Amino acid sequence: MIQTAAMICLGIGILFNTLGVIGILRFPDVYTRLHAETKMTTFGTIFLALGVIIYAGWMLSGTNDSQYLTLAIHTAIAVIALAFTNATGSHAIARAAHRSGQLPDPSVVDRLAEVKSRD
Amino acid sequence: MIRLLATAIAAFVAYLFLTAGSGTIILWSESELIIGCILAIIVGIASYRIFCRTGSVRMANPIRLILLPVYAIIPLFIEMARANIDVAIRVITGNVKPGIVRVNTGMKTDLGMLLLANSITLTPGTLSVEIDDATKQLYVHLINVPDELRDKKVVEARELFSFFNIPGWIRRIAE
Repeated sequence: MIQTAAMICLGIGILFNTLGVIGILRFPDVYTRLHAETKMTTFGTIFLALGVIIYAGWMLSGTNDSQYLTLAIHTAIAVIALAFTNATGSHAIARAAHRSGQLPDPSVVDRLAEVKSRD
Repeated sequence: MIRLLATAIAAFVAYLFLTAGSGTIILWSESELIIGCILAIIVGIASYRIFCRTGSVRMANPIRLILLPVYAIIPLFIEMARANIDVAIRVITGNVKPGIVRVNTGMKTDLGMLLLANSITLTPGTLSVEIDDATKQLYVHLINVPDELRDKKVVEARELFSFFNIPGWIRRIAE
């Protein structure tokens, strides 16, 4: 039962990671690719980690072996670190791309380029 | 002094999380606790100028520290799930209308700006590109700009999310 729940979490995670990879190939410019690449893979990895935590919790309650507690806590810390670094990193890439003149193409509105051209 | 103490306690708690399950004093062994204390003091002396830059310790308030994980697990996660399914459909259909809009945040502190910009970036479909420090406004790249947001000069941060008042939560946590 709990193993099935862990497997479902792993399946959802792999599905979102796969869609993120397909998005890199399908989207037109650097910003839309960043949406697929960084954010969807973060969400997929959260579900992969959730599967590991559920499995480790089940093994911990069965065997009372402290290595599974360590596994669960370290996976949770990895998810927190991933969420922070992924948000910061994708913001840095997008900012660097806009500063080096890589404008969103196609775009329906670009308030940042309007402000920059006015200065 | 209070900055050094706050940094040392934060480092010690992080060390306790990393070594949980090593012994019998609740969850930790004696040697890990002693080494943790020594390392926490060294880390505190080395990094308190960066960790508590302004000298304000309002984040040590336990209500804020409890609200932060609650915020991350309930409102932020539900918004992330909603937006992920939306972007997943756009990956399959290829139907995108990207654009950069100007967002008024209404935050007063740097920590509030950091949390809001990271929340916007972690939600798929919205990506903070640039920050205007003087007016506390963000330039946000949207993967699909709705028609009513396209014609506005400045958008409120509340309009980027669909279910929860994310800026209100962040104001309660960080300000």
